[in-house]
Amino acid sequence: MKDTEGYMTADGRQIGGVLMEMKNITLRFGGVVAIQDISFDIREGEIRAIIGPNGAGKSSMLNVISGFYTPSEGEVWYKGSKRPPMKPFEVARLGVARTFQNIALFEGMSVLDNVMTGRLTHMHAGIGAQALWWGKARDEEIENRRKVEEVIDFLEIQAIRKTPVGNLPYGLKKRVELARALAAEPSILLLDEPMAGMNVEEKEDMSRFILDVNDEFGTTIALIEHDMGVVMDLSDRVVVMDYGKKIGDGTPDEVRNNQDVIDAYLGVAH
Amino acid sequence: MLNEIFIKPFVDMVEAPDFLLQVLWEGLVSGILYALIALGFVLIFRSSRIFNFAQGIMVVFAALTLVGLYAMGVPAWICVLLTLGVMFVLAVAIERVVLRPLVGQPDIILFMATIGITLFLIGFGEIIFGGENKVMISEELGIPTGDTVLEPWGGLLILQHLDITVVVVATLLVLALLAFLNYTQMGRAIRALGDDHQAALSVGISLQTVWVLVWFIAGIIALVTGIAWGARAGVSFALEVIAYKALPVLMLGGLESITGAIIGGLMIGMLEKLFEIYWGQPLLGGNTETWFAFVLALVVLLFRPQGLFGEKIIERV
Repeated sequence: MKDTEGYMTADGRQIGGVLMEMKNITLRFGGVVAIQDISFDIREGEIRAIIGPNGAGKSSMLNVISGFYTPSEGEVWYKGSKRPPMKPFEVARLGVARTFQNIALFEGMSVLDNVMTGRLTHMHAGIGAQALWWGKARDEEIENRRKVEEVIDFLEIQAIRKTPVGNLPYGLKKRVELARALAAEPSILLLDEPMAGMNVEEKEDMSRFILDVNDEFGTTIALIEHDMGVVMDLSDRVVVMDYGKKIGDGTPDEVRNNQDVIDAYLGVAH
Repeated sequence: MLNEIFIKPFVDMVEAPDFLLQVLWEGLVSGILYALIALGFVLIFRSSRIFNFAQGIMVVFAALTLVGLYAMGVPAWICVLLTLGVMFVLAVAIERVVLRPLVGQPDIILFMATIGITLFLIGFGEIIFGGENKVMISEELGIPTGDTVLEPWGGLLILQHLDITVVVVATLLVLALLAFLNYTQMGRAIRALGDDHQAALSVGISLQTVWVLVWFIAGIIALVTGIAWGARAGVSFALEVIAYKALPVLMLGGLESITGAIIGGLMIGMLEKLFEIYWGQPLLGGNTETWFAFVLALVVLLFRPQGLFGEKIIERV
Protein backbone atom coordinates (compact mmCIF):
# COMPACT_ATOMS: atom_id res chain seq x y z
CA MET A 1 0.00 0.00 0.00
CA LYS A 2 1.14 3.48 -0.78
CA ASP A 3 1.31 6.30 1.73
CA THR A 4 -1.77 6.27 3.89
CA GLU A 5 -1.09 9.65 5.37
CA GLY A 6 -3.08 11.62 2.87
CA TYR A 7 -2.55 15.27 2.05
CA MET A 8 -3.83 18.73 2.80
CA THR A 9 -5.99 20.48 0.21
CA ALA A 10 -5.54 24.09 -0.87
CA ASP A 11 -8.55 25.12 1.21
CA GLY A 12 -7.17 23.32 4.25
CA ARG A 13 -9.13 20.06 4.39
CA GLN A 14 -7.29 16.96 5.53
CA ILE A 15 -7.60 14.12 3.01
CA GLY A 16 -7.18 10.59 4.35
CA GLY A 17 -5.68 7.34 3.08
CA VAL A 18 -6.57 5.38 -0.02
CA LEU A 19 -10.20 4.24 0.03
CA MET A 20 -10.43 2.72 -3.39
CA GLU A 21 -7.76 1.88 -5.86
CA MET A 22 -8.07 0.89 -9.50
CA LYS A 23 -5.10 -1.18 -10.61
CA ASN A 24 -4.37 -1.57 -14.32
CA ILE A 25 -8.01 -1.69 -15.32
CA THR A 26 -8.71 -2.78 -18.88
CA LEU A 27 -12.22 -3.16 -20.23
CA ARG A 28 -13.02 -4.63 -23.63
CA PHE A 29 -16.31 -5.06 -25.44
CA GLY A 30 -15.49 -7.62 -28.10
CA GLY A 31 -12.74 -5.92 -30.10
CA VAL A 32 -13.39 -2.45 -28.73
CA VAL A 33 -11.14 -1.34 -25.92
CA ALA A 34 -13.14 1.05 -23.75
CA ILE A 35 -10.57 1.37 -20.99
CA GLN A 36 -6.91 0.61 -21.42
CA ASP A 37 -4.66 -0.14 -18.48
CA ILE A 38 -5.76 2.65 -16.16
CA SER A 39 -4.70 2.98 -12.55
CA PHE A 40 -5.66 5.63 -10.03
CA ASP A 41 -6.82 5.90 -6.46
CA ILE A 42 -9.59 7.63 -4.57
CA ARG A 43 -8.78 8.87 -1.11
CA GLU A 44 -10.94 9.17 1.90
CA GLY A 45 -12.78 12.47 2.07
CA GLU A 46 -11.73 13.86 -1.27
CA ILE A 47 -13.71 14.94 -4.31
CA ARG A 48 -12.20 13.10 -7.21
CA ALA A 49 -13.21 13.94 -10.76
CA ILE A 50 -12.87 11.88 -13.91
CA ILE A 51 -12.99 14.04 -17.01
CA GLY A 52 -12.39 13.60 -20.70
CA PRO A 53 -13.96 14.23 -24.11
CA ASN A 54 -16.97 12.26 -25.32
CA GLY A 55 -16.31 8.56 -25.65
CA ALA A 56 -13.20 8.69 -23.51
CA GLY A 57 -14.46 5.85 -21.33
CA LYS A 58 -15.43 7.86 -18.25
CA SER A 59 -18.83 6.28 -17.80
CA SER A 60 -17.35 2.84 -18.39
CA MET A 61 -14.90 3.53 -15.58
CA LEU A 62 -17.73 4.54 -13.26
CA ASN A 63 -19.57 1.37 -14.19
CA VAL A 64 -16.51 -0.68 -13.32
CA ILE A 65 -16.30 1.00 -9.93
CA SER A 66 -19.99 0.39 -9.20
CA GLY A 67 -19.92 -3.19 -10.44
CA PHE A 68 -22.14 -2.74 -13.50
CA TYR A 69 -19.19 -3.83 -15.65
CA THR A 70 -16.58 -6.40 -14.71
CA PRO A 71 -13.13 -5.35 -15.92
CA SER A 72 -11.47 -7.66 -18.46
CA GLU A 73 -8.15 -7.19 -16.69
CA GLY A 74 -6.97 -5.43 -13.57
CA GLU A 75 -8.09 -5.24 -9.98
CA VAL A 76 -10.32 -3.06 -7.89
CA TRP A 77 -9.10 -2.58 -4.33
CA TYR A 78 -11.51 -1.28 -1.75
CA LYS A 79 -10.77 -0.49 1.88
CA GLY A 80 -7.44 -2.25 1.71
CA SER A 81 -8.51 -5.52 0.15
CA LYS A 82 -9.07 -6.79 -3.35
CA ARG A 83 -12.71 -6.81 -4.41
CA PRO A 84 -13.77 -10.05 -6.07
CA PRO A 85 -16.04 -9.81 -9.15
CA MET A 86 -19.42 -8.70 -7.85
CA LYS A 87 -22.93 -7.91 -8.94
CA PRO A 88 -23.96 -4.24 -8.74
CA PHE A 89 -26.30 -4.84 -5.82
CA GLU A 90 -23.50 -6.45 -3.85
CA VAL A 91 -21.22 -3.49 -4.53
CA ALA A 92 -24.02 -1.21 -3.36
CA ARG A 93 -24.18 -3.15 -0.11
CA LEU A 94 -20.47 -2.48 0.42
CA GLY A 95 -21.27 1.21 0.66
CA VAL A 96 -20.88 2.40 -2.92
CA ALA A 97 -23.83 4.57 -3.97
CA ARG A 98 -24.25 6.13 -7.38
CA THR A 99 -26.38 8.32 -9.59
CA PHE A 100 -26.91 7.91 -13.30
CA GLN A 101 -26.28 10.11 -16.30
CA ASN A 102 -29.86 9.76 -17.57
CA ILE A 103 -31.56 9.75 -14.18
CA ALA A 104 -32.70 6.34 -13.02
CA LEU A 105 -35.48 6.95 -10.52
CA PHE A 106 -38.56 4.94 -9.65
CA GLU A 107 -40.96 7.17 -11.54
CA GLY A 108 -44.17 5.72 -10.17
CA MET A 109 -43.16 6.19 -6.55
CA SER A 110 -43.17 9.32 -4.39
CA VAL A 111 -40.00 11.26 -3.62
CA LEU A 112 -40.09 9.94 -0.07
CA ASP A 113 -40.38 6.32 -1.21
CA ASN A 114 -37.60 6.81 -3.72
CA VAL A 115 -35.28 8.14 -1.06
CA MET A 116 -36.38 5.34 1.29
CA THR A 117 -35.14 2.76 -1.23
CA GLY A 118 -31.72 4.24 -0.62
CA ARG A 119 -31.90 2.70 2.83
CA LEU A 120 -32.30 -0.82 1.49
CA THR A 121 -28.62 -1.49 2.10
CA HIS A 122 -29.30 -0.88 5.79
CA MET A 123 -32.04 -3.45 5.99
CA HIS A 124 -31.29 -6.33 8.32
CA ALA A 125 -34.65 -7.60 9.51
CA GLY A 126 -35.93 -10.71 7.77
CA ILE A 127 -38.74 -10.67 5.27
CA GLY A 128 -41.02 -12.44 7.73
CA ALA A 129 -40.47 -9.83 10.41
CA GLN A 130 -41.11 -7.10 7.85
CA ALA A 131 -44.29 -8.72 6.65
CA LEU A 132 -45.51 -8.76 10.24
CA TRP A 133 -44.16 -5.25 10.97
CA TRP A 134 -42.52 -6.68 14.01
CA GLY A 135 -39.76 -5.87 16.47
CA LYS A 136 -36.51 -5.14 14.73
CA ALA A 137 -38.22 -4.48 11.41
CA ARG A 138 -40.31 -1.73 12.95
CA ASP A 139 -37.39 -0.11 14.75
CA GLU A 140 -35.39 -0.21 11.54
CA GLU A 141 -38.16 1.36 9.53
CA ILE A 142 -38.42 4.21 12.05
CA GLU A 143 -34.66 4.72 12.11
CA ASN A 144 -34.54 4.65 8.29
CA ARG A 145 -37.33 7.15 8.09
CA ARG A 146 -35.49 9.51 10.44
CA LYS A 147 -32.32 9.36 8.38
CA VAL A 148 -34.27 9.91 5.17
CA GLU A 149 -35.96 13.01 6.57
CA GLU A 150 -32.52 14.34 7.43
CA VAL A 151 -31.33 13.91 3.87
CA ILE A 152 -34.53 15.44 2.50
CA ASP A 153 -34.03 18.47 4.73
CA PHE A 154 -30.42 18.72 3.74
CA LEU A 155 -31.17 18.77 0.01
CA GLU A 156 -34.12 21.11 0.47
CA ILE A 157 -36.76 18.91 -1.11
CA GLN A 158 -39.25 18.85 1.79
CA ALA A 159 -41.87 20.56 -0.33
CA ILE A 160 -42.04 17.71 -2.84
CA ARG A 161 -41.80 14.77 -0.44
CA LYS A 162 -45.11 13.24 -1.45
CA THR A 163 -45.00 14.11 -5.15
CA PRO A 164 -44.64 11.22 -7.58
CA VAL A 165 -41.19 11.54 -9.10
CA GLY A 166 -42.49 11.26 -12.66
CA ASN A 167 -44.07 14.71 -12.34
CA LEU A 168 -40.92 16.57 -11.30
CA PRO A 169 -38.79 18.83 -13.49
CA TYR A 170 -35.37 17.60 -14.55
CA GLY A 171 -33.26 19.53 -12.06
CA LEU A 172 -35.28 18.31 -9.11
CA LYS A 173 -35.15 14.71 -10.34
CA LYS A 174 -31.37 14.94 -10.28
CA ARG A 175 -31.56 16.18 -6.73
CA VAL A 176 -33.88 13.34 -5.69
CA GLU A 177 -31.45 10.89 -7.21
CA LEU A 178 -28.67 12.44 -5.16
CA ALA A 179 -30.88 12.19 -2.08
CA ARG A 180 -31.47 8.50 -2.68
CA ALA A 181 -27.73 7.87 -2.99
CA LEU A 182 -27.03 9.93 0.14
CA ALA A 183 -29.66 8.12 2.18
CA ALA A 184 -27.49 5.03 1.91
CA GLU A 185 -24.80 6.86 3.93
CA PRO A 186 -22.26 5.61 1.41
CA SER A 187 -18.54 5.33 1.99
CA ILE A 188 -18.12 6.51 -1.55
CA LEU A 189 -20.57 8.41 -3.71
CA LEU A 190 -20.34 8.12 -7.50
CA LEU A 191 -21.93 10.88 -9.55
CA ASP A 192 -22.31 10.33 -13.29
CA GLU A 193 -22.53 13.78 -14.86
CA PRO A 194 -24.49 15.35 -12.01
CA MET A 195 -24.83 18.60 -13.93
CA ALA A 196 -25.62 17.35 -17.42
CA GLY A 197 -28.48 19.23 -19.02
CA MET A 198 -28.85 21.76 -16.22
CA ASN A 199 -29.10 25.52 -16.49
CA VAL A 200 -26.63 27.79 -14.73
CA GLU A 201 -28.76 28.21 -11.64
CA GLU A 202 -29.34 24.47 -11.25
CA LYS A 203 -25.64 23.85 -11.75
CA GLU A 204 -24.79 26.28 -8.98
CA ASP A 205 -27.27 24.58 -6.66
CA MET A 206 -25.87 21.16 -7.46
CA SER A 207 -22.27 22.31 -6.97
CA ARG A 208 -23.20 23.73 -3.61
CA PHE A 209 -24.86 20.46 -2.58
CA ILE A 210 -21.89 18.39 -3.66
CA LEU A 211 -19.52 20.57 -1.63
CA ASP A 212 -21.88 20.55 1.35
CA VAL A 213 -22.24 16.78 1.28
CA ASN A 214 -18.48 16.40 1.27
CA ASP A 215 -18.09 18.98 3.98
CA GLU A 216 -20.96 17.98 6.28
CA PHE A 217 -20.82 14.17 6.08
CA GLY A 218 -17.19 13.81 4.99
CA THR A 219 -18.42 11.65 2.11
CA THR A 220 -15.85 10.65 -0.47
CA ILE A 221 -17.11 11.64 -3.90
CA ALA A 222 -16.03 10.52 -7.35
CA LEU A 223 -17.70 12.35 -10.19
CA ILE A 224 -17.72 12.48 -13.94
CA GLU A 225 -18.37 15.82 -15.52
CA HIS A 226 -18.27 17.52 -18.86
CA ASP A 227 -18.26 21.09 -17.67
CA MET A 228 -14.57 21.88 -17.15
CA GLY A 229 -15.22 25.04 -15.17
CA VAL A 230 -17.35 23.22 -12.65
CA VAL A 231 -14.90 20.34 -12.30
CA MET A 232 -11.93 22.56 -11.67
CA ASP A 233 -13.79 24.46 -8.98
CA LEU A 234 -15.18 21.41 -7.22
CA SER A 235 -12.57 18.73 -7.21
CA ASP A 236 -9.42 18.11 -5.25
CA ARG A 237 -7.80 15.83 -7.82
CA VAL A 238 -8.68 15.05 -11.41
CA VAL A 239 -8.11 12.04 -13.66
CA VAL A 240 -8.19 12.86 -17.36
CA MET A 241 -9.10 10.16 -19.86
CA ASP A 242 -8.97 10.18 -23.64
CA TYR A 243 -9.65 7.25 -25.97
CA GLY A 244 -9.73 4.88 -23.01
CA LYS A 245 -6.31 5.90 -21.73
CA LYS A 246 -5.28 8.00 -18.77
CA ILE A 247 -3.53 11.12 -20.00
CA GLY A 248 -3.38 13.13 -16.83
CA ASP A 249 -3.83 12.88 -13.07
CA GLY A 250 -3.34 15.53 -10.43
CA THR A 251 -4.71 18.70 -8.90
CA PRO A 252 -6.87 20.90 -11.13
CA ASP A 253 -3.94 23.26 -11.69
CA GLU A 254 -1.57 20.49 -12.67
CA VAL A 255 -4.10 19.05 -15.06
CA ARG A 256 -4.90 22.41 -16.59
CA ASN A 257 -1.28 22.90 -17.56
CA ASN A 258 -0.75 19.37 -18.82
CA GLN A 259 0.06 19.47 -22.55
CA ASP A 260 -1.65 16.14 -23.31
CA VAL A 261 -4.82 17.33 -21.67
CA ILE A 262 -4.82 20.59 -23.60
CA ASP A 263 -4.29 18.64 -26.83
CA ALA A 264 -7.11 16.25 -26.07
CA TYR A 265 -9.55 19.04 -25.36
CA LEU A 266 -8.48 21.32 -28.19
CA GLY A 267 -8.29 18.46 -30.64
CA VAL A 268 -4.70 18.26 -31.86
CA ALA A 269 -4.23 15.69 -34.63
CA HIS A 270 -3.18 12.36 -33.17
CA MET B 1 -88.02 -5.50 -25.55
CA LEU B 2 -86.74 -2.07 -24.53
CA ASN B 3 -88.79 -2.43 -21.40
CA GLU B 4 -87.08 -5.72 -20.62
CA ILE B 5 -83.64 -4.20 -21.05
CA PHE B 6 -83.97 -0.78 -19.54
CA ILE B 7 -86.84 -0.80 -17.09
CA LYS B 8 -87.85 -4.19 -15.80
CA PRO B 9 -84.48 -5.21 -14.29
CA PHE B 10 -84.35 -2.06 -12.23
CA VAL B 11 -87.92 -2.40 -11.13
CA ASP B 12 -87.08 -5.94 -10.01
CA MET B 13 -84.09 -4.68 -8.07
CA VAL B 14 -86.14 -2.12 -6.21
CA GLU B 15 -89.05 -4.45 -5.55
CA ALA B 16 -86.92 -7.20 -4.08
CA PRO B 17 -83.97 -5.49 -2.39
CA ASP B 18 -83.17 -8.60 -0.36
CA PHE B 19 -82.63 -10.58 -3.55
CA LEU B 20 -80.48 -7.77 -4.96
CA LEU B 21 -78.35 -7.94 -1.81
CA GLN B 22 -78.03 -11.69 -2.22
CA VAL B 23 -76.81 -11.25 -5.80
CA LEU B 24 -74.34 -8.56 -4.82
CA TRP B 25 -73.03 -10.66 -1.94
CA GLU B 26 -72.37 -13.60 -4.22
CA GLY B 27 -70.71 -11.25 -6.68
CA LEU B 28 -68.55 -9.90 -3.89
CA VAL B 29 -67.35 -13.39 -2.96
CA SER B 30 -66.14 -14.15 -6.48
CA GLY B 31 -64.97 -10.58 -6.90
CA ILE B 32 -62.61 -10.68 -3.96
CA LEU B 33 -61.08 -13.89 -5.30
CA TYR B 34 -60.64 -12.31 -8.73
CA ALA B 35 -59.00 -9.36 -7.03
CA LEU B 36 -56.64 -11.62 -5.13
CA ILE B 37 -55.57 -13.49 -8.27
CA ALA B 38 -55.19 -10.24 -10.18
CA LEU B 39 -52.90 -9.00 -7.40
CA GLY B 40 -50.68 -12.01 -8.02
CA PHE B 41 -50.45 -11.01 -11.68
CA VAL B 42 -49.79 -7.37 -10.87
CA LEU B 43 -47.00 -8.12 -8.40
CA ILE B 44 -45.13 -10.28 -10.87
CA PHE B 45 -45.74 -7.86 -13.70
CA ARG B 46 -44.60 -4.85 -11.71
CA SER B 47 -41.40 -6.42 -10.52
CA SER B 48 -40.35 -8.12 -13.74
CA ARG B 49 -42.61 -7.03 -16.62
CA ILE B 50 -43.59 -10.66 -17.02
CA PHE B 51 -47.19 -11.53 -17.68
CA ASN B 52 -47.47 -14.71 -15.64
CA PHE B 53 -49.56 -17.10 -17.68
CA ALA B 54 -48.87 -19.83 -15.11
CA GLN B 55 -50.90 -18.18 -12.32
CA GLY B 56 -53.92 -20.36 -13.10
CA ILE B 57 -52.09 -23.63 -13.01
CA MET B 58 -50.40 -22.55 -9.79
CA VAL B 59 -53.88 -22.43 -8.22
CA VAL B 60 -54.54 -25.99 -9.37
CA PHE B 61 -51.10 -27.16 -8.34
CA ALA B 62 -51.39 -25.68 -4.85
CA ALA B 63 -54.85 -27.21 -4.32
CA LEU B 64 -53.73 -30.60 -5.64
CA THR B 65 -50.67 -30.61 -3.42
CA LEU B 66 -52.75 -29.79 -0.37
CA VAL B 67 -55.32 -32.47 -1.06
CA GLY B 68 -52.68 -34.97 -2.14
CA LEU B 69 -50.68 -34.50 1.06
CA TYR B 70 -53.79 -34.96 3.15
CA ALA B 71 -54.57 -38.18 1.31
CA MET B 72 -51.18 -39.45 2.44
CA GLY B 73 -52.30 -39.11 6.04
CA VAL B 74 -50.71 -35.81 7.01
CA PRO B 75 -52.78 -33.66 9.42
CA ALA B 76 -54.66 -30.89 7.63
CA TRP B 77 -52.83 -27.86 9.06
CA ILE B 78 -49.44 -29.45 8.51
CA CYS B 79 -50.55 -29.95 4.92
CA VAL B 80 -51.06 -26.21 4.55
CA LEU B 81 -47.58 -25.49 5.87
CA LEU B 82 -46.04 -28.16 3.68
CA THR B 83 -47.89 -26.82 0.65
CA LEU B 84 -46.55 -23.35 1.39
CA GLY B 85 -43.12 -24.96 1.49
CA VAL B 86 -43.74 -26.58 -1.89
CA MET B 87 -44.85 -23.23 -3.35
CA PHE B 88 -41.66 -21.66 -2.03
CA VAL B 89 -39.53 -24.37 -3.60
CA LEU B 90 -41.46 -23.85 -6.82
CA ALA B 91 -40.72 -20.10 -6.69
CA VAL B 92 -37.01 -20.73 -6.17
CA ALA B 93 -36.95 -23.30 -8.96
CA ILE B 94 -38.75 -21.02 -11.41
CA GLU B 95 -36.38 -18.16 -10.66
CA ARG B 96 -33.30 -20.35 -10.93
CA VAL B 97 -34.22 -22.49 -13.93
CA VAL B 98 -36.49 -20.28 -16.01
CA LEU B 99 -36.12 -16.60 -15.17
CA ARG B 100 -32.45 -16.17 -14.38
CA PRO B 101 -31.16 -17.54 -17.69
CA LEU B 102 -33.68 -15.37 -19.53
CA VAL B 103 -32.87 -12.03 -17.85
CA GLY B 104 -32.77 -9.25 -20.40
CA GLN B 105 -34.64 -11.20 -23.06
CA PRO B 106 -37.65 -9.52 -24.69
CA ASP B 107 -40.85 -9.63 -22.64
CA ILE B 108 -42.54 -11.94 -25.13
CA ILE B 109 -39.88 -14.61 -24.54
CA LEU B 110 -40.47 -14.49 -20.82
CA PHE B 111 -44.21 -14.65 -21.41
CA MET B 112 -43.74 -17.78 -23.50
CA ALA B 113 -41.56 -19.22 -20.75
CA THR B 114 -44.50 -18.90 -18.36
CA ILE B 115 -46.63 -20.84 -20.86
CA GLY B 116 -43.91 -23.45 -20.69
CA ILE B 117 -44.17 -23.47 -16.90
CA THR B 118 -47.94 -23.95 -17.25
CA LEU B 119 -47.60 -26.95 -19.51
CA PHE B 120 -44.92 -28.44 -17.30
CA LEU B 121 -47.03 -28.09 -14.17
CA ILE B 122 -50.04 -29.66 -15.89
CA GLY B 123 -48.01 -32.71 -16.81
CA PHE B 124 -46.12 -32.85 -13.54
CA GLY B 125 -49.29 -32.47 -11.50
CA GLU B 126 -51.01 -35.25 -13.38
CA ILE B 127 -48.10 -37.63 -12.93
CA ILE B 128 -47.96 -37.07 -9.20
CA PHE B 129 -51.57 -36.54 -8.22
CA GLY B 130 -53.47 -38.13 -11.10
CA GLY B 131 -56.01 -36.40 -13.30
CA GLU B 132 -59.26 -37.26 -11.52
CA ASN B 133 -61.32 -34.74 -9.56
CA LYS B 134 -60.80 -34.48 -5.83
CA VAL B 135 -62.65 -32.95 -2.93
CA MET B 136 -61.17 -30.01 -1.07
CA ILE B 137 -60.51 -30.80 2.58
CA SER B 138 -62.42 -27.73 3.74
CA GLU B 139 -64.00 -29.38 6.77
CA GLU B 140 -60.67 -30.72 8.00
CA LEU B 141 -59.19 -27.23 7.70
CA GLY B 142 -61.90 -25.95 10.02
CA ILE B 143 -63.71 -23.95 7.40
CA PRO B 144 -67.26 -23.71 8.75
CA THR B 145 -70.17 -25.10 6.79
CA GLY B 146 -73.79 -24.16 7.14
CA ASP B 147 -75.29 -20.72 6.69
CA THR B 148 -76.72 -17.70 8.40
CA VAL B 149 -80.11 -16.44 7.33
CA LEU B 150 -80.84 -12.75 7.62
CA GLU B 151 -84.14 -11.08 6.98
CA PRO B 152 -83.61 -7.55 5.78
CA TRP B 153 -86.88 -5.71 4.99
CA GLY B 154 -88.75 -8.88 5.76
CA GLY B 155 -86.98 -10.61 2.90
CA LEU B 156 -84.41 -13.35 2.85
CA LEU B 157 -80.60 -13.21 2.67
CA ILE B 158 -78.60 -16.40 2.96
CA LEU B 159 -74.91 -16.10 3.78
CA GLN B 160 -72.95 -19.33 3.43
CA HIS B 161 -70.37 -19.58 6.19
CA LEU B 162 -67.87 -20.76 3.62
CA ASP B 163 -68.39 -17.52 1.68
CA ILE B 164 -68.04 -15.40 4.79
CA THR B 165 -64.76 -17.14 5.60
CA VAL B 166 -63.52 -16.61 2.07
CA VAL B 167 -64.35 -12.91 2.14
CA VAL B 168 -62.71 -12.39 5.53
CA VAL B 169 -59.55 -14.33 4.72
CA ALA B 170 -59.15 -12.82 1.26
CA THR B 171 -59.73 -9.30 2.57
CA LEU B 172 -57.14 -9.79 5.29
CA LEU B 173 -54.66 -11.15 2.77
CA VAL B 174 -55.23 -8.22 0.42
CA LEU B 175 -54.80 -5.71 3.26
CA ALA B 176 -51.67 -7.47 4.48
CA LEU B 177 -50.21 -7.37 0.98
CA LEU B 178 -50.99 -3.68 0.62
CA ALA B 179 -49.33 -2.89 3.93
CA PHE B 180 -46.33 -5.01 3.04
CA LEU B 181 -45.88 -3.27 -0.31
CA ASN B 182 -46.35 0.25 1.00
CA TYR B 183 -44.76 0.27 4.42
CA THR B 184 -41.81 -2.10 4.35
CA GLN B 185 -38.43 -1.85 2.69
CA MET B 186 -38.90 -5.18 0.93
CA GLY B 187 -42.22 -3.97 -0.43
CA ARG B 188 -40.55 -0.83 -1.69
CA ALA B 189 -37.89 -2.98 -3.32
CA ILE B 190 -40.58 -4.89 -5.19
CA ARG B 191 -42.19 -1.71 -6.46
CA ALA B 192 -38.82 -0.17 -7.27
CA LEU B 193 -37.62 -3.10 -9.33
CA GLY B 194 -40.52 -2.77 -11.73
CA ASP B 195 -39.78 0.90 -12.31
CA ASP B 196 -36.09 0.76 -13.13
CA HIS B 197 -33.81 -2.26 -13.00
CA GLN B 198 -30.54 -0.32 -13.08
CA ALA B 199 -31.54 2.05 -10.36
CA ALA B 200 -32.78 -0.88 -8.30
CA LEU B 201 -29.41 -2.60 -8.60
CA SER B 202 -27.63 0.60 -7.62
CA VAL B 203 -29.47 0.77 -4.30
CA GLY B 204 -28.64 -2.82 -3.48
CA ILE B 205 -31.78 -4.63 -4.57
CA SER B 206 -31.14 -8.20 -5.64
CA LEU B 207 -33.22 -9.24 -8.65
CA GLN B 208 -33.13 -12.85 -7.57
CA THR B 209 -34.42 -12.27 -4.06
CA VAL B 210 -37.27 -10.08 -5.22
CA TRP B 211 -38.29 -12.49 -7.96
CA VAL B 212 -38.37 -15.45 -5.62
CA LEU B 213 -40.38 -13.36 -3.21
CA VAL B 214 -43.04 -12.25 -5.71
CA TRP B 215 -43.41 -15.75 -7.11
CA PHE B 216 -43.78 -17.07 -3.60
CA ILE B 217 -46.46 -14.47 -2.87
CA ALA B 218 -48.17 -15.54 -6.09
CA GLY B 219 -47.93 -19.09 -4.72
CA ILE B 220 -49.57 -18.11 -1.42
CA ILE B 221 -52.34 -16.38 -3.33
CA ALA B 222 -52.72 -19.49 -5.47
CA LEU B 223 -53.11 -21.66 -2.38
CA VAL B 224 -55.75 -19.42 -0.79
CA THR B 225 -57.74 -19.18 -4.02
CA GLY B 226 -57.31 -22.88 -4.58
CA ILE B 227 -58.80 -23.68 -1.17
CA ALA B 228 -61.63 -21.17 -1.55
CA TRP B 229 -62.62 -22.14 -5.07
CA GLY B 230 -61.88 -25.82 -4.56
CA ALA B 231 -64.27 -25.90 -1.60
CA ARG B 232 -67.13 -24.85 -3.88
CA ALA B 233 -66.28 -26.51 -7.16
CA GLY B 234 -63.99 -29.42 -6.30
CA VAL B 235 -60.30 -29.73 -7.06
CA SER B 236 -59.57 -30.41 -10.70
CA PHE B 237 -57.60 -28.92 -13.53
CA ALA B 238 -60.70 -26.91 -14.42
CA LEU B 239 -59.82 -24.64 -11.48
CA GLU B 240 -57.33 -23.09 -13.81
CA VAL B 241 -60.06 -21.01 -15.44
CA ILE B 242 -60.50 -18.90 -12.32
CA ALA B 243 -57.15 -17.34 -13.11
CA TYR B 244 -58.31 -16.41 -16.58
CA LYS B 245 -61.12 -14.49 -14.94
CA ALA B 246 -58.36 -12.24 -13.73
CA LEU B 247 -57.56 -11.23 -17.31
CA PRO B 248 -60.53 -8.89 -17.75
CA VAL B 249 -59.84 -7.62 -14.25
CA LEU B 250 -56.36 -6.66 -15.38
CA MET B 251 -57.66 -5.15 -18.61
CA LEU B 252 -60.04 -3.10 -16.52
CA GLY B 253 -57.69 -2.21 -13.71
CA GLY B 254 -54.45 -1.84 -15.60
CA LEU B 255 -51.53 -4.20 -15.28
CA GLU B 256 -49.48 -1.96 -13.00
CA SER B 257 -52.08 -0.85 -10.55
CA ILE B 258 -52.63 -2.59 -7.25
CA THR B 259 -55.70 -0.48 -6.48
CA GLY B 260 -56.90 -1.24 -9.99
CA ALA B 261 -56.64 -4.97 -9.42
CA ILE B 262 -58.68 -4.78 -6.25
CA ILE B 263 -61.39 -2.44 -7.49
CA GLY B 264 -61.46 -4.13 -10.89
CA GLY B 265 -61.86 -7.55 -9.28
CA LEU B 266 -64.74 -6.46 -7.07
CA MET B 267 -66.44 -4.60 -9.94
CA ILE B 268 -66.26 -7.54 -12.28
CA GLY B 269 -67.39 -10.00 -9.65
CA MET B 270 -70.49 -7.98 -8.82
CA LEU B 271 -71.35 -6.70 -12.29
CA GLU B 272 -71.15 -10.11 -13.90
CA LYS B 273 -73.48 -11.52 -11.25
CA LEU B 274 -75.93 -8.64 -11.64
CA PHE B 275 -75.89 -8.98 -15.42
CA GLU B 276 -76.36 -12.74 -15.25
CA ILE B 277 -79.36 -12.56 -12.93
CA TYR B 278 -81.19 -9.51 -14.26
CA TRP B 279 -80.33 -9.56 -17.94
CA GLY B 280 -78.55 -12.77 -18.82
CA GLN B 281 -81.01 -15.34 -17.55
CA PRO B 282 -84.28 -13.69 -18.64
CA LEU B 283 -83.02 -12.40 -22.01
CA LEU B 284 -80.07 -14.48 -23.16
CA GLY B 285 -80.69 -17.89 -21.64
CA GLY B 286 -78.05 -17.51 -18.94
CA ASN B 287 -74.44 -18.59 -18.71
CA THR B 288 -73.28 -15.03 -19.43
CA GLU B 289 -70.69 -15.11 -16.64
CA THR B 290 -68.18 -16.79 -18.92
CA TRP B 291 -68.00 -13.86 -21.32
CA PHE B 292 -69.54 -10.81 -19.70
CA ALA B 293 -66.34 -9.74 -17.95
CA PHE B 294 -64.42 -9.70 -21.21
CA VAL B 295 -67.05 -7.61 -22.98
CA LEU B 296 -67.07 -5.16 -20.09
CA ALA B 297 -63.29 -4.92 -20.22
CA LEU B 298 -63.38 -4.35 -23.98
CA VAL B 299 -65.88 -1.53 -23.62
CA VAL B 300 -63.67 0.13 -21.01
CA LEU B 301 -60.61 -0.27 -23.21
CA LEU B 302 -62.41 1.51 -26.03
CA PHE B 303 -62.46 4.64 -23.94
CA ARG B 304 -59.41 4.16 -21.73
CA PRO B 305 -56.74 2.03 -23.45
CA GLN B 306 -54.59 1.97 -20.31
CA GLY B 307 -57.43 0.58 -18.19
CA LEU B 308 -59.17 2.44 -15.42
CA PHE B 309 -56.09 2.79 -13.22
CA GLY B 310 -53.20 1.90 -15.48
CA GLU B 311 -50.19 4.13 -16.05
CA LYS B 312 -51.12 6.80 -18.52
CA ILE B 313 -49.58 6.25 -21.91
CA ILE B 314 -48.14 9.49 -23.17
CA GLU B 315 -46.45 9.48 -26.50
CA ARG B 316 -44.15 12.32 -27.41
CA VAL B 317 -43.97 13.00 -31.09
